[in-house]
Amino acid sequence: MIINQKVSDILKAKFPGVVIPSEEQHNDYIQIYPEKWNEIAKFIKTESELKFDSCQCITGVDLGIEEGLEVRYNFHSMKLKHKIEIRIAVERKKPSIPSVEQVWRGADWLEREVYDMYGIRFKGHRDLRRMLLPDDWKGWPLRKDYKTPKIYNGMKVPKVRKGWD
Amino acid sequence: MGFLEDRFDDNIITAKLDQILSWARSTSAWYFQFGLACCAIEMMATAASRHDLERIGMMPRSSPRQADVMIVAGTVTLKMATRVIKLYDQMADPKYVISMGSCANSGGPYSRQGYHVLKGVDQIIPVDVYVPGCPPRPESLIEGLLKLQDKIRKERPLTKKK
Repeated sequence: MIINQKVSDILKAKFPGVVIPSEEQHNDYIQIYPEKWNEIAKFIKTESELKFDSCQCITGVDLGIEEGLEVRYNFHSMKLKHKIEIRIAVERKKPSIPSVEQVWRGADWLEREVYDMYGIRFKGHRDLRRMLLPDDWKGWPLRKDYKTPKIYNGMKVPKVRKGWD
Repeated sequence: MGFLEDRFDDNIITAKLDQILSWARSTSAWYFQFGLACCAIEMMATAASRHDLERIGMMPRSSPRQADVMIVAGTVTLKMATRVIKLYDQMADPKYVISMGSCANSGGPYSRQGYHVLKGVDQIIPVDVYVPGCPPRPESLIEGLLKLQDKIRKERPLTKKK
C-alpha cells in the first residue's frame, strides 16, 4: 500500500494529470492514462527511489462488452524489493498503447501475447506479430465478443462428437 | 503348414512369407518421437527403463522417414494439426497412428470451448488405436501398442485383396 501511494505521489509531481484518481482507499494498483506511458516507463525504471528494473508480467483484460479493454503491468524492483501494478485502459474500437518493449526487453513477448489474444496494438514495438496462434488466424480470441470460427484451413473447429460428455 | 511340417529339425520353423512379414513388422514397429503435450511425458516414461518399450521391439525415431508408428501424444491444436498432416505424409508406408489421450481422441477438456483445438485427430489422419486416459498411464499405452501389434500381425501384405 505504501509503495502505491509513494509511486502515485512521485508520478503526480513529475507528470501532472496522468494518474487517474480513484475513490477506493486501499488500491494496490495505479491507473494512468496511456498518452505519456513511454516516458513514464523510462522514468519509473531509472528514478532512484523507484527503480522498477524488472517487468514481470503484462496482462490484457476485457472488462466487458460495454467497457473497454485494459492492460495491466506488474513491475518489480530487484534493488529496492518492492512491486507495483499499473493499469492502463484502452478503447475497444481501435486499441492502441505505447510500447515499452525497448524499455524492458522482457516486455517484447509479453506484449506480443497481449496483441495475439486481445488485438491491442503496441505502438513502437519492433516486431509485433502473433505469438501463439497461427499467423493467418482471424480475430482476437480472449475478447468477450469473440466468436469461435466454424472452420480453419478445412478443419472443423466446433465440437463434432455427440454423447461424449 | 501341411506337408512341410515336422520334416526339419526343431530349430527350423516353416511359415508363409505373408505371416513372417507381418510378424516382423509387428515386432519392430518403430515409433515417431513426437510429443505434443503432457501425454508426451507418459510416452517418455513408457520408453524409459521401468516400462521399457524396447522389449516389445519399439524404439523411438526422431525422423518421420524412419518411423512406422506415429503416437499422437497430446493436444492437437489447429496450428499443430497442419504440421501433423505434414509429418504423417512424410512417413513411409506401412504407417500406423495411435491416438493417445483424451485430447487426441476427442478434444478432451477442450472439446466444448476450445477455439484452438482440433476435436479429435482422426479428423485429419486415419487412427488405428485409441488409448483413453488423461494422460494414460504407461500400462495403458503399452496395452494400446500391443493391440496395434495384434492388428499388424493379422495383416497379410502379400495376399491379394478380394
